[in-house]
Amino acid sequence: MSARTTNQKAWFLVAPVVVLVAFNAIIPLMTVVNYSVQETFGDNLFFFEGMKWFEEVLSSDRFHDSLLRQLQFTFIILAIEVPLGVAIALAMPPKGFWSSACLVLMAMPLLIPWNVVGAMWNIFALPDIGLLGKTLNTMGFDYNFTRQPVAAWVTLIAMDVWHWTSLVVLLSYAGLSAIPNDYYQAARIDGASSWAVFRYIQLPKLKRVLTIAVLLRFMDSFNIYTEPFVLTGGGPGNSTTLLSLDLVKIALGQFDLGPAAAMSLIYFLIILLFSWIFYTVMTRGEDN
Amino acid sequence: MARIDLIGLRHSYLPNPTTDADYALKKVDLVWDDGGAYALLGPSGCGKTTLLNIISGLLAPSEGSILFDGVEVKDKSPEERQIAQVFQFPVVYDTMTVYDNLAFPLRNRGVPEKQVDARVRAIADMTDLTDMLKNKAAGLTADGKQKISLGRGLVREDVNVVMFDEPLTVIDPHLKWKLRSKLKELHQRIGTTMIYVTHDQTEALTFANKVVVIHEGWVVQQGTPVELFERPRHTFVGHFIGSPGMNLMPCELANGGARVSGHHIDIGRSISEPKAGAKLELGVRPEFVTFVEPGSANSLPADVVSVSDTGRNSIVETEFAGHKVRALVPEGMPVPEGRTSICFDPTYTQIYADGWIVE
Repeated sequence: MSARTTNQKAWFLVAPVVVLVAFNAIIPLMTVVNYSVQETFGDNLFFFEGMKWFEEVLSSDRFHDSLLRQLQFTFIILAIEVPLGVAIALAMPPKGFWSSACLVLMAMPLLIPWNVVGAMWNIFALPDIGLLGKTLNTMGFDYNFTRQPVAAWVTLIAMDVWHWTSLVVLLSYAGLSAIPNDYYQAARIDGASSWAVFRYIQLPKLKRVLTIAVLLRFMDSFNIYTEPFVLTGGGPGNSTTLLSLDLVKIALGQFDLGPAAAMSLIYFLIILLFSWIFYTVMTRGEDN
Repeated sequence: MARIDLIGLRHSYLPNPTTDADYALKKVDLVWDDGGAYALLGPSGCGKTTLLNIISGLLAPSEGSILFDGVEVKDKSPEERQIAQVFQFPVVYDTMTVYDNLAFPLRNRGVPEKQVDARVRAIADMTDLTDMLKNKAAGLTADGKQKISLGRGLVREDVNVVMFDEPLTVIDPHLKWKLRSKLKELHQRIGTTMIYVTHDQTEALTFANKVVVIHEGWVVQQGTPVELFERPRHTFVGHFIGSPGMNLMPCELANGGARVSGHHIDIGRSISEPKAGAKLELGVRPEFVTFVEPGSANSLPADVVSVSDTGRNSIVETEFAGHKVRALVPEGMPVPEGRTSICFDPTYTQIYADGWIVE
């Protein structure tokens, strides 16, 4: 006897999650989708416009410029933070008092609220009173991040490296601690150089945590808003106007709901696409 | 290849050891011949891995010397000592192929690629890895990975000694036996000195020509499997090796024999006078306890308590004058019941003073 027993009661157990996800993700997202295909006027008047806003955003120089700046920012900080984080994790003492001390020190920047980080670096880098800005100028460097695009970029990247390298360090450190001592002993007996130990033991064992680190840093840095908003406000000019800063200007500054909604969706799809590419490339060739 | 001398080795993990209890390895004096197969046998935490790591150079001893062919190597690194070691958990370089794994120790030492190739193929052949040479090492099963570790240990021709640190721990039982015979075969083919650390007596006794039994940091006996069986030099060897272990009971010496709870037991030889005040024990293995007709020479009254069948043997537990005495009865032999008489084979009945044999 193979009686089909379908118990529909299971749906009741799933229902709370469905409601929760609907209210915090699907409905807000659908609102954005709704705005992105309509022209909005006062008195809540809406007209269907189809793909018009998408075409407009995708063909605008303004969007291209912010996207380019965003990509530039993200790839620079990834190129610095990932190798630097691994290097710091390798240099940290493996156990004992100093390892705990290092971990606490490393965790500190991660605990500071993002807008505080922005404010700290803003004051730190001010050319006339900030410790960094004043010192650089006293040493003869012409440094003013409120007026020079290059200085603004350098400050922005330094701030992000200061704030987020710790995340890579903590993840890598955890990955390194999970390597059994036998591997190091075997490598010594096999006569491996320290480069070979890194290349054939440590790096392969770190691959998984580094995949997570790269994905997290990619998504976070692509979404970054608070710190550059407080530090430079997107300036000087538009030189540090990243995608999120531009989006907020369009949505809240100009109140262009349609283009802003279309841009949000494009933004979202870009992050999704890049995350997928990173994940696919980094987990390529792994066992099932 | 090398002969290994360990002279007065002591090791403590504490910075300032004072008493014997502070030492993980209390005193080791051993001589190992070139080309021998040795096993270090003892329970977990007895100091055998410490001893192994001292020989390989991963650990520096607190006191004592290690000589390879008469040359002190105490201050030399593992690379300089030319040793190979296989660890408890298989160590493979995941991103490399099986071939590259085997070639790794040779390439690190700058061996020409032609020689590397010949050697890797020879070792792959011996360890049955030839079919997998091109596979990534990460995808192999535990025993495949352990074979790679094994192969990496054997691939260098200039090694003084190959050491195994409980290499079969993670291997499935039915493959253990295969790998164990493989190891024995490899030892015969290669002829390098091999040291095998284990807490499993079967592994130790089948692999080694000579077994070193370690107990709480002391080397209690080094001998062939037969010696360990017939003449355990310490009560620990008596009950650790053998299944079930040696029967031990307190005794005293009288009339050229032993006396246990008023019963005279013949030991068939004269032995030296033990230290006064030492705790004396009589030991006899279950294999040398036989059931005899009541009233015959050297018979002792005993009561059968229980019988357990192990397949090839029955273990008969008896009570003799308040002491538990186990006897091994081969399959097919009659197993007595109730009141009976037992006899200890005098040749294999040993007297121990404070745990150590009296000869």
